[in-house]
Amino acid sequence: MNQLLVTYLRPHRKVLVVIALLLLIQAVANLYLPSLNADIINEGVVTGDTGYILRVGGLMLLLSVLLGIASVVTVYFSARTSMRFGREVRGDLFRHVEGFSLSQMHSFGVPSLITRNTNDVQQLQMLVMVGLTMMVLAPITAIGGVIMAMRENVQLSSLLIVTVPLMIAVIGFMLYRAIPLFRAMQVKIDRVNGVLRENLAGIRVIRAFVRTSHEEERFAEANVDLTDTALKVTRLFALIMPTLMLIMNLTIVATIWFGGHLIADGSMPIGNLFAFQSYIMQILTSVMMAVMTMMMVPRASASAERIQAVLQAVPEIAEPAIALDVPLARIGRIELRDVDFRYPGAQDSVLNDVSLTLEPGTTTAIVGGTGSGKSTLVNLLPRLLDVTGGSVLIDGVDVRDIPLEELWDLFGLVPQRGFLFGGTVGSNVRFGRPDATDDEVWDALTVAQAREFVDLLPEGLDAPIDQGGVNLSGGQRQRLAIARCIVRDPLIYLFDDSFSALDYATDARLRGALRSLTRGKTVVIVAQRVSTIMDADRIVVLDNGRVAGIGTHDDLMETCEAYREIAASQVSLEDVR
Amino acid sequence: MSQRTVSSPPPRQGGMGGGPMAGLQGVSDEKAQDFRGSLKRFAARMRPERVIVALVIVLAFASVFLAVLGPKLLGNATNIIFDGFVSSQLPSGVTQEQAVAALEASGQTDQASMVASMTLTPGEGVDFAALARILAIATIVYVLSSILSWGQNYLMAGVTQRTIYRLREEVDAKLGKLPLRYFDSSSRGDVLSRVTNDIDNISMTLQQTLTQLITALLTVIGVLAMMVWISPILAVISLLTVPLSFAVTMFIAKRSQPHFVAQWKWTGTLNGHVEETFSGHDLVKVFGHRHQSIADFDEANERMYESSFRAQYISGIIQPALTVIANLNYVAIAVIGGLRVATGSMSLGDVQAFIQYSRQFTMPITQIAGVANVLQSGIASAERVFELLDQPEETPDDDPSIPLDAPTGRIRFEDVSFRYLPDAPLIEGFDLSVEPGEIIAIVGPTGAGKTTLVNLLMRFYDVDSGRILMDGEPTMGMRRDDVRRSFGMVLQDTWLFEGTIHDNIAYGAADATEEEIDAAARAARVDHFVRTLPDGYETLLTEGASNISAGERQLLTIARAFLADPAILILDEATSSVDTRTEVLIQQAMAELRHGRTSFVIAHRLSTIRNADVIVVLESGRIVEQGSHDELIAAKGAYYRLYRSQFESAVDDGE
Repeated sequence: MNQLLVTYLRPHRKVLVVIALLLLIQAVANLYLPSLNADIINEGVVTGDTGYILRVGGLMLLLSVLLGIASVVTVYFSARTSMRFGREVRGDLFRHVEGFSLSQMHSFGVPSLITRNTNDVQQLQMLVMVGLTMMVLAPITAIGGVIMAMRENVQLSSLLIVTVPLMIAVIGFMLYRAIPLFRAMQVKIDRVNGVLRENLAGIRVIRAFVRTSHEEERFAEANVDLTDTALKVTRLFALIMPTLMLIMNLTIVATIWFGGHLIADGSMPIGNLFAFQSYIMQILTSVMMAVMTMMMVPRASASAERIQAVLQAVPEIAEPAIALDVPLARIGRIELRDVDFRYPGAQDSVLNDVSLTLEPGTTTAIVGGTGSGKSTLVNLLPRLLDVTGGSVLIDGVDVRDIPLEELWDLFGLVPQRGFLFGGTVGSNVRFGRPDATDDEVWDALTVAQAREFVDLLPEGLDAPIDQGGVNLSGGQRQRLAIARCIVRDPLIYLFDDSFSALDYATDARLRGALRSLTRGKTVVIVAQRVSTIMDADRIVVLDNGRVAGIGTHDDLMETCEAYREIAASQVSLEDVR
Repeated sequence: MSQRTVSSPPPRQGGMGGGPMAGLQGVSDEKAQDFRGSLKRFAARMRPERVIVALVIVLAFASVFLAVLGPKLLGNATNIIFDGFVSSQLPSGVTQEQAVAALEASGQTDQASMVASMTLTPGEGVDFAALARILAIATIVYVLSSILSWGQNYLMAGVTQRTIYRLREEVDAKLGKLPLRYFDSSSRGDVLSRVTNDIDNISMTLQQTLTQLITALLTVIGVLAMMVWISPILAVISLLTVPLSFAVTMFIAKRSQPHFVAQWKWTGTLNGHVEETFSGHDLVKVFGHRHQSIADFDEANERMYESSFRAQYISGIIQPALTVIANLNYVAIAVIGGLRVATGSMSLGDVQAFIQYSRQFTMPITQIAGVANVLQSGIASAERVFELLDQPEETPDDDPSIPLDAPTGRIRFEDVSFRYLPDAPLIEGFDLSVEPGEIIAIVGPTGAGKTTLVNLLMRFYDVDSGRILMDGEPTMGMRRDDVRRSFGMVLQDTWLFEGTIHDNIAYGAADATEEEIDAAARAARVDHFVRTLPDGYETLLTEGASNISAGERQLLTIARAFLADPAILILDEATSSVDTRTEVLIQQAMAELRHGRTSFVIAHRLSTIRNADVIVVLESGRIVEQGSHDELIAAKGAYYRLYRSQFESAVDDGE
């Protein structure tokens, strides 16, 4: 955590110095007030000098106002600094993740990355905010308080040697017990919420199997478990404040007792007893404040660790170090040479020794079972993943040598799930080409077989799309995703199992319409249905990451066992042919 | 795979602001709508704890009373010291009166009156016996006060935790009683947020506010009483700070509120943007949207910074402002108190006690202000939970209900009408007779609302008019559980819970033996792939079960249905993103499962459709045709068109 704080607070060090100075002034002023009060008693009350009392009173008044101004300025700077801290960490995290490869995204997990970019930063930002004031003010006040108390009377100050360690010991013991309980509680809250989430997601199944009461028992179990732990934590906390208050009050009682003796001896003026009590209060309250702030530390440091882990991961997809010496030909010829791909830490390769050439103007279909590496292969082309062996070349240039923006400009991608962004139908279709005209958008929708349902929407292109496109059916989402790709008019089309949510009729019409559009382009289609790919120029059969056959449907039916198996199973299922 | 089960979803139920952000933001930042009403209602929920709450209040009274007594005792102790100190300054042998006279004579009138007001024995020192006595009492008072305060906190911890426990229980039970219509028509994120975030927030609120509120209120009253008792004039000065503190707090809070609202709004926007960009990571890159996405992020990030900085800064002024007021009060007491001691109208110990009281006085006031803030947010959450608890439940089952002991699978729809929305008729006057063992294929284009029939059959929704009969008896008169028990369901939405594969299969029947589970697994073709997993049947499925493939998940749901051994089946044939070999297994398993049972199949395969006894054709959620394959082909209607397009696409695919 320290490293993260140092890195991001260093640019603000001038402001931090100002804050520290301001806090120092506050601490001194705070400590000076009781001493002035002691003067009022010693010099004014005891001698009956009302003029003195008023003079010193005026000084105290002035000091209080100055103190107020100083703390407002401090709040200004600390709020600004901590919020800037948050803004900068968030910004860097976001940019950093943008450079991640797909496998990095998956190894962190998208939901986790989202939490790290939002909640975790928030946690840390709050710690900085509170820390900037409390963590600095509390020690200064405590130390200053000890010094001032000793100035009032050294002998009496020895009381602090007993009190402060006692207080710290008590708090330490409580924290020692409370922190594991806190952690356990968080886990149990997650568990309770997890059961609820599961119940909401599976409500139809639960009711269909008449298991509502079973689920209620499961929930009750988690709920009892959580309540037990929560009760332990709150009961522990029930003890903290009364104990600390008791220590503080008994210290004051002791102060009066010992102070009384000192006053009787004449070794201490009576006003100092007042000042001394104020210092004790200040010291002990700062210790308490510091501790309360410390309570935030374990949680924030867990957050910091999670943020650090992301920032320390080197983005796998890096811009090429040197610029291309010749401009890219932009023909669309793709060549895979002995390509290997293996996820970090995985035992087996996903792709093994794959060599292929995809010519412009042809449609290449990739088929194979689950886990055969079809999607991985597609993701290697636009460098969503990088090969772990061999190379991918486009128009003769290794993709790793092509500037990223230029590389991506060649592609149109339709991923497996028709993911849409919050906005409108229009904004989604224009996603890759913001300057597309309405006509171009409608043309793309027509080809994608989406015109029909968009026409029915009262707002047409301006019809709102919820985040993730949840207000549309799977087939509608997929068709819009295809339109989004078409409107870009890319050189290379990548369809990653993009037709699965469509019924056969729509699928056929769509592919018919695409055919004229993709003339002269390089088209890669990953598919499950044989009917979808039978008309491809070439079919590549993947089996366990290796190329098991390449050829047309008819070739493969004769030569490729794996392909025959796939086709046979489907054809018999379709009951056609 | 979150396939929507309702083709034309009814509008979201109002009142919660809807929108995609509503779920994201979690706990609402809006103010409670009926603060008093909801507060009362919430207080009523603590009724079972009323005896303990009463005890807590008694303890709080006692503890606060003792704590408030403390400074006065210490003040008396100070007086003893001061008296002793002044006495020792005076020559021994003279009386107090003589000392006063001497001072007056020397012109020190103020000091004279001060000394006159003290109880002095000139020449004597501090009376340590008296001091010890009073400090001993103070010690006992403080110890007792702390013990009582601990007891009060301890009991209150139980009250809050049990109250939250009951609230969770009640909400969970409520979820079990709500009709499917509620879940289909409200966003899952929003419901989830109510049952998790909002309840967590209420729990936090209860823990933070309840004890603080009781003690703070009592302390204010007790301290005020002590202050008035010691010195009415100083008490008036301290009292002036109360409305001043409140006014300042309100003034500042009002100005920071819009910034807080903006902060939450931009937090929501930012979270939404991050979620979207990370989820659509591949698209953002390949579609060249990276710069735009970063620019959008920066914009939201900057705005969030601006608003949160202002919110934090402005609200951060409250504390220093209150400190200034408290310090002014302190100075006023020190000065006026000093003057009064000097003139003898007040003792030094009382001034000291007063200073302590005034400190004790400002703290609970700040606390109450803070509690009011937290309470606002807590009640807003409580309101959202109450809203859920107030939703109409499923109509109770008839009592006595029509028994359904051994369903044969004979089903009749008689003149059934149903609509999700009052003005959008879906099913009108539908009749259908199904004999045991028959196959009914439900066909229609993507999104035609094929699951509506499932909803009615399983009584997830009730028909508006007409009847559905099972074995000649209307299902409306039966217990929902009995009706549902006679069905087995294998849907595209393959819900599995977090647990082992074994337990997920066993979910189909609560009392199944190991042999039965084994047999079901084998029949559903899951045995083979499970055995290839390192932990076999004990493999733990994680949430969303990403450690097995979509096809394997579906096989598990088939095994679950096998085990349930229902008379009637509901199957969804759609198997997107399933590789072909697994698909073969799924088809085989489904065929075996169908054997000897009445089956409603949401059909995607021509073979199933052609073999079906009845085909029900849907278009945009409506039943447009029914009959056998040959009848429907002859009719040249919707089915004919659909069949042609499917047949053509499948056969003439190579152009």
